[in-house]
Amino acid sequence: MTTMISKSSKCSRIMSRKALDYDQINENVKKAQYAVRGELYLRASELQKEGKKIIFTNVGNPHALGQKPLTFPRQVVALCQAPFLLDDPNVGLIFPADAIAKAKQYLSYTSGGLGAYSDSRGLPGIRKEVAEFIGRRDGYPSDPELIYLTDGASKGVMQILQTVIRGNGDGILVPVPQYPLYSAAISLFGGSLVPYYLEETANWGLDINNLRQSVAEARFKGITVRAMVIINPGNPTGQCLSIDNLKEILRFCYQENLVLLGDEVYQQNVYQDERPFISSRKVLLDMGPPISKELQLVSFHTVSKGFLGECGQRGGYFEMTNIPPESVDEIYKVASISLSPNVPGQIFMGCMVSPPQPGDISYEQFLRESKGILESLRKRAHMMTDGFNSCKNVVCNFTEGAMYSFPQIKLPPKAMEAAKQAGKVPDVYYCLKLLEATGISTVPGSGFGQKEGVFHLRTTILPAEEDMPAIMDSFKKFNDAFMDQYEDQRGYSRM
Amino acid sequence: MGSDRSIPSLTADSLNPKVLKCEYAVRGEIVSLAQKLQQQLQANPGSYPFKEILYCNIGNPHSLGQQPITFFREVLALCDHPTILDKSKTQGLFSSDSIERARQILDQIPGRSTGAYSHSKGIKGLRDTIAAGIEARDGFPADPNDIFLTDGASPAIQMMMQLLIRSENDGIFCPVPQYPLYSASIALYGGTLVPYYLDEATGWGLEIRELEKQLETARQKGINVRALVVINPGNPTGQVLAEENQRDIVEFCKKEGLVLLADEVYQENIHVPEKQFHSFKKVCCSMGYGDKAIPLVSLQSVSKGYHGECGKRGGYMEVTGFSPEVMEQVYKLATLNACSNISGQILATLVMSPPKVGDESYESYLAEKDGILQSMARRAKMLEDGLNNLEGVTCNKAEGAMYLFPQIRLPNKAIKEAESRKKEPDAYYATRLLYATGIVVVPGSGFGQFPGTWHFRCTILPQEEKIPAIVSRLTEFHQKFMDEFRD
Repeated sequence: MTTMISKSSKCSRIMSRKALDYDQINENVKKAQYAVRGELYLRASELQKEGKKIIFTNVGNPHALGQKPLTFPRQVVALCQAPFLLDDPNVGLIFPADAIAKAKQYLSYTSGGLGAYSDSRGLPGIRKEVAEFIGRRDGYPSDPELIYLTDGASKGVMQILQTVIRGNGDGILVPVPQYPLYSAAISLFGGSLVPYYLEETANWGLDINNLRQSVAEARFKGITVRAMVIINPGNPTGQCLSIDNLKEILRFCYQENLVLLGDEVYQQNVYQDERPFISSRKVLLDMGPPISKELQLVSFHTVSKGFLGECGQRGGYFEMTNIPPESVDEIYKVASISLSPNVPGQIFMGCMVSPPQPGDISYEQFLRESKGILESLRKRAHMMTDGFNSCKNVVCNFTEGAMYSFPQIKLPPKAMEAAKQAGKVPDVYYCLKLLEATGISTVPGSGFGQKEGVFHLRTTILPAEEDMPAIMDSFKKFNDAFMDQYEDQRGYSRM
Repeated sequence: MGSDRSIPSLTADSLNPKVLKCEYAVRGEIVSLAQKLQQQLQANPGSYPFKEILYCNIGNPHSLGQQPITFFREVLALCDHPTILDKSKTQGLFSSDSIERARQILDQIPGRSTGAYSHSKGIKGLRDTIAAGIEARDGFPADPNDIFLTDGASPAIQMMMQLLIRSENDGIFCPVPQYPLYSASIALYGGTLVPYYLDEATGWGLEIRELEKQLETARQKGINVRALVVINPGNPTGQVLAEENQRDIVEFCKKEGLVLLADEVYQENIHVPEKQFHSFKKVCCSMGYGDKAIPLVSLQSVSKGYHGECGKRGGYMEVTGFSPEVMEQVYKLATLNACSNISGQILATLVMSPPKVGDESYESYLAEKDGILQSMARRAKMLEDGLNNLEGVTCNKAEGAMYLFPQIRLPNKAIKEAESRKKEPDAYYATRLLYATGIVVVPGSGFGQFPGTWHFRCTILPQEEKIPAIVSRLTEFHQKFMDEFRD
């Protein structure tokens, strides 16, 4: 086998390494971590293959745990998939008239049905419906031209971060704990994560002084802070931001020249009544000019959460506020490289933002199904919080919103020592033991970020209501036995 | 320590420069122009010398009237709404084998719902079926663990670029002309495009000599060339590689330590009986190397072929010859998006395992498939002949894919006119064509071309009965254009 001899010595040195040798791939890819499908999940999958019963509570994936899809959107999408049904005289025997009408309407939005690429920003008809939904929700009109549909909200988040991050001198403010898509994407695009800590003892509240301090520290290191992420309701923490908090945040971003990225995918998952969901955009517009006309904001939403729970459809959108037209053009350009978001996902988005109305044939069923799911989620939020709080050395804030519980596990020093021996981070060690003992697959808090020396795990509130008592029982048995096993006689005073 | 209020974060000049640098002509300037004209036509019919805009810029078959494959849609509808599977009335509306297939697929999906996130590589049972389909196609086994189902083939390419490009010193070999997803992704991830020119005189042939020459040039500039992109059948050029050529390419990649990125999305679009599709995986295996000879990424999509399901965003990459550590990194990238859309995963599976002889739907499936493919072959020929009849235009045969890529020899006067308008000559030609006929094509400069030559890409997708009118309108325009600018 002959090797080409290059005239350049620089190149001949390189030629002996192959492109896909592990040390030759993009370091940013290696740096990016995404614990939600990381070590615990892989171990759980292994155990499942060996025949162990696993309860996957690692990801907000309602249908995988038995939640049923809502009937109406499924009827509409099925009819759109198979439009020949609409020509069949018997179609009315298995599909209600309003689903048939909706399917016809949505097909008319397309040029060629579900199988044609749409506009790279999404079908104009659906974007118009999203704008109308936002208008009804917030009381301010929204421009469909500034709403882009995406294959899930995650793709939109990644696209915006890629647009903002120029290099490692650019920092993005991210809450700690956070949903690790943000940390992973920032790593991937070579930016710097600037953490701001949420206050666990204040119900995961956001203290503006923490923010100021984080920004000052970052700037001192020479980082240009460009954007701030808020997740409202929070993931993994579930807290719902108050209007005052939102105002503070908006003012802060305005003063510090940051674009605000509002991850609002859990806006329909709120389990308390003191702080209902209010969108960042509404608060911003309520504040009036100049801030309402200048503060740059991108808001994200999805069909994966709420009561639809249609994760597998990959349907999402982002809405841009006060973004200059030239920047919008660049964002459009990048969207066009991927041609278009998947059209069935867009149909689900339409069904989400324009649900059946009172008087519609399918309204009663829609109301019953959606209410049923939300009421059950609220119940399960309480069951889980109370269940964790009844466990030894476990303290858990109430899940005000979203789909997760994020209890703090106060690990005794002996347990931490055992973890060290096993070569594992303490919460990973605990979660692996939990998994092996009970089949409950969680995500260790270190996957989301937490204060030094404080440990958590994230679980979802999604297991079926009737399974909850047994699951919490199983957890309590394991936890209390674990704590007894590792408890120092002096308590954990050495912590 | 505040910051400068006068430069808000997201102004055009403060965006990621890689975003600013990348271009994607398929949905670029000429398309925006066409959309404006379309709006004007709707508001004011008769404002232009044509009745409708004909989008021949993009491989989007259903938007031009191609019908989906009935069996596939039946299965997808049933998987989307499985509640009706048990209803007796469903039997009257759906074929029995589509009902059976939907049940089978739902059994493989955790939770029996297309609404749940799946494994990040895609549902295991579906990957098993796809692997079996690959084996049936190639005669060599495929490992389901090597398959990553993606939202179309495009995200798979972007993942690979992310993995391979560390800095602008990393180069990716791309054919010229190429489908601009490659140039755009390379720019987006900060790498360098290393061109290799396809030879128009020999039907867009891929010469190893050319690869060697360009590799040497790149290395002398200090560029690490990391991967070779081969599009087979070609886009925009349509050529189908001969097996011998493919073997040479595999040897070249092996020798030079390159990853082979094999874009095979048009594998079922072959218009000429003398050519056949051979997957690069099959070629590697048939050379006695097994599937670990070279790092190879093979792409397939539901958007093309005879199914043309662009809007579904379904596809996969088969990743072979990667070390386990690197596979872990690829998997990690896949997890960031959770998974690809489930409906698209199901469709990709159906494409790789369509109805067989003896199935209830087989006859009608075959009729639909053959009808579409045979019509495409006829349309390709009609357009090719029409283009070759134009003054100063030569058009290579479209052996495969969905496009024609004629070379237009523009008179100097036309080139000067274009320059005075700060446009590429082929973009100027395409714009004039649009205004005169409503036909939207993509200028060759969007794909890259040998310097000093001009082309445009036109799809073969308009309905067959419209093709004669397209040819005559194009002919009329071209004559007038040449008359206007003839030297």
